[in-house]
Amino acid sequence: MTSLSPPGRTKAYQRPGDRIFSATATGAGITILVVLAGVAGFLLYEALPALRASPEDLPGGKNLAAYILPLAFGTLLSAMVALAIATPLAVGIALFISHYAPRKLAQGLGYVVDLLAAVPSIIFGLWGLAVLAPRSAELSVWLADNLGFIPFFAGPASATGRTMLTISLVLAVMILPIITAVSREVFLQTPRLHEEAALALGATRWEMIRVSVLPFGKSGVISAAMLGLGRALGETMAVAIILSPSGGVTFNLIGQGNPSTIAANIALQFPESSGVAVNTLIASGLALFLVTLLVNMVARYIVSRRSEFSGAN
Amino acid sequence: MTTATPQRESTSGLAEMPLVRGNLPNWAPWATLVGAALVGVAASMGLGLHIALAILLAMLVHSVAIYAWSRAVEGGRRATDRLVTTIVTSAFLLALVPLISVVVTVLQKGLVRFDSEFFTFSMRGIVGEGGGAYHAIIGTLIVTGLAAAISIPIGLMSAVYLVEYGRGRLAKAVTFFVDVMTGIPSIVAGLFAYALFVLFFGPGVRMGLAGAVALSVLMVPVVVRSTEEMLKLVPNELREASYALGIPKWRTVVKIVLPTAVAGIASGVTLAIARVIGETAPLLIVAGTTTALNLNPFEDSRMATLPVFSYYSYALPGVPREPYLDRAWAAALTLILIVMALNLAGRIIARLFAPRVR
Amino acid sequence: MAKSIDVSDLNIYYGSFLAVQDVTMAIQARSVTALIGPSGCGKSTFLRSLNRMHEVIPGARVEGKVVIDGQDLYGPDIDPVGVRRQIGMVFQRPNPFPTMSIYENTAAGMRLNNRKLPKKDLDEKVERSLRAANLWEEVKDRLDRPGSGLSGGQQQRLCIARAIAVEPQVLLMDEPCSALDPISTLAIEDLISDLKERYTIVIVTHNMQQAARVSDRTGFFTIAGTGKPGHLVEMDDTSKIFSTPSNKQTEDYISGRFG
Repeated sequence: MTSLSPPGRTKAYQRPGDRIFSATATGAGITILVVLAGVAGFLLYEALPALRASPEDLPGGKNLAAYILPLAFGTLLSAMVALAIATPLAVGIALFISHYAPRKLAQGLGYVVDLLAAVPSIIFGLWGLAVLAPRSAELSVWLADNLGFIPFFAGPASATGRTMLTISLVLAVMILPIITAVSREVFLQTPRLHEEAALALGATRWEMIRVSVLPFGKSGVISAAMLGLGRALGETMAVAIILSPSGGVTFNLIGQGNPSTIAANIALQFPESSGVAVNTLIASGLALFLVTLLVNMVARYIVSRRSEFSGAN
Repeated sequence: MTTATPQRESTSGLAEMPLVRGNLPNWAPWATLVGAALVGVAASMGLGLHIALAILLAMLVHSVAIYAWSRAVEGGRRATDRLVTTIVTSAFLLALVPLISVVVTVLQKGLVRFDSEFFTFSMRGIVGEGGGAYHAIIGTLIVTGLAAAISIPIGLMSAVYLVEYGRGRLAKAVTFFVDVMTGIPSIVAGLFAYALFVLFFGPGVRMGLAGAVALSVLMVPVVVRSTEEMLKLVPNELREASYALGIPKWRTVVKIVLPTAVAGIASGVTLAIARVIGETAPLLIVAGTTTALNLNPFEDSRMATLPVFSYYSYALPGVPREPYLDRAWAAALTLILIVMALNLAGRIIARLFAPRVR
Repeated sequence: MAKSIDVSDLNIYYGSFLAVQDVTMAIQARSVTALIGPSGCGKSTFLRSLNRMHEVIPGARVEGKVVIDGQDLYGPDIDPVGVRRQIGMVFQRPNPFPTMSIYENTAAGMRLNNRKLPKKDLDEKVERSLRAANLWEEVKDRLDRPGSGLSGGQQQRLCIARAIAVEPQVLLMDEPCSALDPISTLAIEDLISDLKERYTIVIVTHNMQQAARVSDRTGFFTIAGTGKPGHLVEMDDTSKIFSTPSNKQTEDYISGRFG
């Protein structure tokens, strides 16, 4: 950020070229603020009719909160299970790339992980339904038989595999690359000094990681996980294709009645909806926006707190 | 293991390591791996265990075996180290499985209809066999092209503002909200575009331009962030050299700073395009789908795009189902090839064309 | 063409912090004036205030007068960009524009300021500047190669050519040789002796021997302690400063007792 005239003095001559250009640049910045205000504003405006309508007019015949709640539950459940699966895996992969893989391999592996991130979500949806769902159905049968005492795996298992379990697995695969990428960055930034200090004390590789890399990277991993969570919450197409929604709130991941997610519900219902139904869907979209906003802000906050302490930057 | 030296206070177990110790032979991990694999195969064939569980069993056996063996010969700390190495490597291999599966599946099923008819015909008047995605491909190009035309100027100039001019509260607000924008779910962007266009065109509006607007909401933050990074990489000395020559600031930015950063910016833009070209949800909401070619993004009419085409072919096939599914996979294959090509192009541009800056 | 500079009671601030205090000096036309002193005493800050470059840092300001040809550079309606077209600067680290060729680098100042120069005139000016910078013979066959492909010493001479191509009155040099090897340094010092016939040159240097070799007059800056402002202690003919300085601090610095 530079300035060419001294502040606090009589205004020096400002060239017209500079004035026009800086006004354009500032205008572009303001456009972003306007757009975001627009997103919130327009969504609210179009959601209002649903907020004001009486329950009989809404789809499902109950009030708005009752409509959104099961969807919100489904959204959160699938996202949290996906996060639980993906995060340890991602940390392991990030450690592998940053500290275990041979140097020459490491960059290539980084590219491979980034490639996974680039795959459009519709493709994961198709793959999930065609390949994963049948396998998941088989697995569900085994789970229901052997681990059925755990509420997640209470039977009876769905025969099609179009269940929360499959969704969670697909979401886990989809958010894996972003959590891995951010964690990898953080692990690579561990100061050489700390690593060498541990090694000089005679630590094994794992001990060195445990003592210097992981503590340094802890908040980075948390923020990576939250970014992944944000992505999972908003994921639409994979869920829309795979899930056969029919149920309400349940923790059963492998059963036949599964709650849908907010995003998938919008995708499935919107094309054929009209009138208040549309406003209802928009209202649910607004709810989703607020939740993902919150998650992302927490993630950024964690990162900003950490950057004060790290020696990097 | 006991040593002759007296035990010292160990704060984290790091202090008790004898100088001379046993070593596992180099082939040891491979031996346990092979052994574990045999166990897995036996369990799968003999007990009829599901293949995924058999692999899991094999991994477990390998981990336990190598840990126990190492602990006996080399000591607890090295055993733990080996165990962690195993775990971390397994995590990586596990991640490869879905990647390979996706690639293989899409190739296998997509190549069935990867023919010239697919790329030159639309679905107009087609029921069942035949037809193609020509209209969808053109639609994708139109919508993405419009989105880029909207996002690139806004994103570029916003980044210029943040790096070269911004100071104080406005700049902080813009940076913060760019961050917020990166987290907007794609379907919310679609709903926004719908809500916006409803004001002008009434409910039920479907328009290529609306799809472009939705995609822009997703694209702008990516362009801003990557351009910002690139501009920050331009050394301040170059700006100072330019000012010292009496070149005004705006010319410095346009003629010196931007050209120096142009390779990185081009790469960032390409990657941003790669990101949005595969987006389905917003286009589903606001552009819809048709069977025929639609070249006009500015009128209230549906416009098919590749990802939406793929979705509808798969989720709502006609009768018989097979041709629809085949087309869906072919469209998916086309889409993933386009995205990969753009990604590759983006990275190559950054590598090849960056000017050497001391 | 080259002008003299009269500085009176110049105080330079970064925000509320006084960095350089009460400098008054007269710089003669067509001479080389060297500014020496220990690190952090404000020499570079002072130098940059002569062409209003220090304002590039937000919050920096100046009180006092810098007068060239009867005009105060800090007058109320003076355009800083215009000032910089009259007073050129060469920096410590060579910084040719990486996206431009040698020809384009030399022409950059002219091109970006007045577009309408016909090609023949431009060619002529580029050649003249490169000759004046003692670089022509080495690069005349590769004018369209990138500027960053030259050695360090050549790059610095390119930067000098670029600076003098716009025909400034004064040339400021901020430790131009500190990033160069001894041979390149010698080449640039010879260049300075040539250039002083046409330009007024002010050079900040860390290297006392260089100041003694190259300059006609020398000013000695120092700083009283950490957190205190830098100030000009003594300014005189070079021969006098280095043999019989009037001020004890100057003598201590020259003889290496501190610095």
